[in-house]
Amino acid sequence: MAPTTFSYDFGSEASGFRKKTSFSTGLFINGQSVDSVDSKTFEIINPTTAKSLGHITIASEKDIDLAVEAAQKAFDSTWGLHTTGQERGKLLIKLAELIEENIEELAALESLDNGKAVAIAQAVDVQGAADVLRYYGGWADKIHGKTIETDEATFAYTRHEPIGVVGQITPWNFPILMLAWKLGPALATGNTVVFKPSEFTPLTALRVAVLIKEAGFPPGVVNIVPGLGNVAGAAISNHMGIDKVAFTGSTAVGRAIMKAAASSNLKRVTLELGGKSPTLILDDCNLDTAARWAAFGVVANHGQMCCAGTRIYVQDNIYDKFMEKFVAVMKGIKLGDPFRPDTFQGPQVSKIQFDRIMSYIEHGKKEGATCLLGGQQHGTEGYFIEPTIFTDIKPEMTIVKEEIFGPVGVVSRFSNDEELIKLANDSVYGLASAVFSENLSRAIKLANALKAGTVWVNTYNTLRTNVPFGGYKQSGQGRELGEYALDNYTQVKAVHVNLSGPPFI
Amino acid sequence: MATRTFTYDFSNEVSGFRKKSSFPSGLFINGEFVDSVDGKTFELINPTTEKSLGHITVASEKDIDIAVEAAQKAFDTTWGLHASGQERGKLLIRLAELIEENIDELAALESLDSGKALAFAKSWDVQEAANVLRYYGGWADKVHGKTVEVDEATLAYTRHEPIGVVGQITPWNFPIWLLSWKLGPALATGNTVVFKPSEWTPLTALRIASLIKEAGFPPGVVNIVPGLGNVAGAAISSHMGIEKVAFTGSTAVGRALMKAAASSNLKRVTLELGGKSPTLILDDCNLDHAAGWAAFGILANQGQVCSAGTRVYVQDSIYDKFMEKFIAVIKRVKVGDPFHPETFQGPQVSKIQFDRIMNYIDKGKKEGATCLLGGQQHGTEGYFIQPTIFTDVKPEMTIVKEEIFGPVGVVAKFSNDEELIKLANDTVYGLAAAVFSENISRALKLANALKAGTVWVNSYNTIRTNVPFGGYKQSGQGRELGEYALENYTEVKAVHVNLSGSPPI
Repeated sequence: MAPTTFSYDFGSEASGFRKKTSFSTGLFINGQSVDSVDSKTFEIINPTTAKSLGHITIASEKDIDLAVEAAQKAFDSTWGLHTTGQERGKLLIKLAELIEENIEELAALESLDNGKAVAIAQAVDVQGAADVLRYYGGWADKIHGKTIETDEATFAYTRHEPIGVVGQITPWNFPILMLAWKLGPALATGNTVVFKPSEFTPLTALRVAVLIKEAGFPPGVVNIVPGLGNVAGAAISNHMGIDKVAFTGSTAVGRAIMKAAASSNLKRVTLELGGKSPTLILDDCNLDTAARWAAFGVVANHGQMCCAGTRIYVQDNIYDKFMEKFVAVMKGIKLGDPFRPDTFQGPQVSKIQFDRIMSYIEHGKKEGATCLLGGQQHGTEGYFIEPTIFTDIKPEMTIVKEEIFGPVGVVSRFSNDEELIKLANDSVYGLASAVFSENLSRAIKLANALKAGTVWVNTYNTLRTNVPFGGYKQSGQGRELGEYALDNYTQVKAVHVNLSGPPFI
Repeated sequence: MATRTFTYDFSNEVSGFRKKSSFPSGLFINGEFVDSVDGKTFELINPTTEKSLGHITVASEKDIDIAVEAAQKAFDTTWGLHASGQERGKLLIRLAELIEENIDELAALESLDSGKALAFAKSWDVQEAANVLRYYGGWADKVHGKTVEVDEATLAYTRHEPIGVVGQITPWNFPIWLLSWKLGPALATGNTVVFKPSEWTPLTALRIASLIKEAGFPPGVVNIVPGLGNVAGAAISSHMGIEKVAFTGSTAVGRALMKAAASSNLKRVTLELGGKSPTLILDDCNLDHAAGWAAFGILANQGQVCSAGTRVYVQDSIYDKFMEKFIAVIKRVKVGDPFHPETFQGPQVSKIQFDRIMNYIDKGKKEGATCLLGGQQHGTEGYFIQPTIFTDVKPEMTIVKEEIFGPVGVVAKFSNDEELIKLANDTVYGLAAAVFSENISRALKLANALKAGTVWVNSYNTIRTNVPFGGYKQSGQGRELGEYALENYTEVKAVHVNLSGSPPI
């Protein structure tokens, strides 16, 4: 059976690409677009209209075997260290350029699939993806081991070698950006990849597959295999031929992946999981900008960010002033059709997520928190949820402890910094946090005390390609972005050359 | 119940310490020696005589809770980053010096407990333990993050922070040396430790507990809690208050540990597991040296080395010459009382291990391999096994595939390097390997192609304090020793300070 094809006419959209697109949505294995072994498909839904966008092919366990086989063959022949870092880098940079050349189409696909505003998809997601791939293209020929002086009779050095075939599983909140975060360091260091994007939002990955081929990557180096978590994802986690898996998604699935890794071949695991990050508003902050950054921390990407600042702690002496400005910003957020140029917030990605978030909102109301703003569906079509704020919360409430992953924030007061730090760190998570203060010592002391992999001072969600990102505690293990990500995709070999030492026996 | 004391009079031993040793053998928690909550003990057996050495206290799950509590308190008050790197380094160096001051007693205890030759225990195990601790003492004030140039409106930097309370579980083959591999980097970087040595060989760890106190480490920084793997070890792996566990031991237990980490709090895991490392004897090697090193690779520490070179591949053109020298070296190896100054090989560590190895030897004979040398118990008292060599082996034989962990090697022929590499890499393990050749290109090409974390060229088992050590594939994850070990015990925090950027909303 022929693989599925995706076609869409953007001609009637309010802005952006406005042309027709058509490309294969089969599995991209060994440089070809193919049907799955069992011909299973998955229906993708447009979250703005709740209507079907058609079907894509999804991978079975056998397809993962085929992908691993292709990736291993490429690693042993045309990739790995058989290709120099210079060549690997050139290809990554070429891919970055092809993404930029097709930026409007990719942004339109991302908006259609995921619901995010097309202007943001273009400026942040797609441009960001190109930047990350170009960045890692620059690292490819700068993979360094060490020489180590031990004694005169020995020459000892280390090599930072690629691992081999790596499995990568990404979520639906930043499809093309997460693809770049994963492919960039893996390919730069010489690994080959079996890449499973979320079956909810596979379109940009599949369009990028065409560009990967166009850029000139040898067949089998990158294999893109959308599929269900408990089929393709599980097959990757358990595969005896995959020596490393990188996963971004929920903490619950992260546990399952680590257990599967332990049961199968003890493959290396890196995880980017959930968060419930605190935003700290101190009495010496710039109130105007703090209110705006704090709001951005809650509603950016419709709250579908692992590092969203969803617990806001405000010093009691500025509480009313802050809330006045904060609520005004939240009220000013424009919801609507992602293709409208002035839209900030589109729909949540799916019905499942919509229901989950509304359930948390109901829970919040039942638990006795005050729903100060929002709390309802927005409009009648599509999975839109109003920006929502709860106050009068207690630390043990579900909406304070659990990750909601929607445009919902909780606000609480504090009186002094000692109390604040206890409140802020009282979470199983440790992904991010933010401190708003104009006082250097106070801000840095708090930054030191926060148990989080990223601390923003006087900003929120400003992720940088060259600064590491990752979680403390149950928010994950390992760091992505920056030079640090290279460690996830290399293994260290130590070579000791004996120049003159005789044996001990 | 009062805490236990271990007492032994070394006066009758053939060489070494020759005095009486007596020290507390309770659990070392929060700077004091205490009994376990349930009063449970474990009997130590002298593997040379098979006689009891008395009982030590073993930790229950509740004792692990108490240890974690003490370690967390110390981390929050007297250790972590509350003690400067300079102070942490001085204490580690002081501990190294105290170990050297007590080197004779510690070596005697190590030999008594584990059966290894006293001369090696002193010149290698205990001396190297001091060297490793001194080495990491030097790193303590050199833990560096980065500043990362992003744009003019941002100051971005990383901190490499200690994780907190770390759990460490070590085996019985190199008790004091592996204690230093674990404590060194963990303490240098500011973590506090719950350390579980093997219940079979706890004596040097317990003696060091007194030295840790004498050196001046604050209470709770290091807690030493011998115990059973499935009680204390499991409690550590599952503990919600431990954020990282480091384990050296069998691959089977490594899996269980990783699953426990995934089920509990997703604690970070590093593993040093088993091996079946290949020694490659090429036709252009120095035959005399190669024979000596290859024998040492099999027999060092009674074969109880994770990186032992237990599969020897000899180029067919030099096979007979090599085997003549190789067998001659092995036949000269002196097996006997570890306290005898000429002894090279002592008993295996326990009856369980003795039976396991003898079982493998029988299996080898049953599977049709030729037992060229050894294959029997040595003597009638103690767990001594003759150095044993099998030839005429096939890749699928159990004795070729599985780790025996005794003085048993298998030898096979090869004709060319392509065949050799396939044979060498045909294993689920990837801990070490050795190449014997005088030809630089040939040796380094093979070193590149070997899937192993350590490759020795013209030597074996020469592990260096400052060169990383660890496994590929199912031999483990993470690297110990050298600068690389610091990564295992730090968590990266990125701080982004916004100097002037405006919020997007």
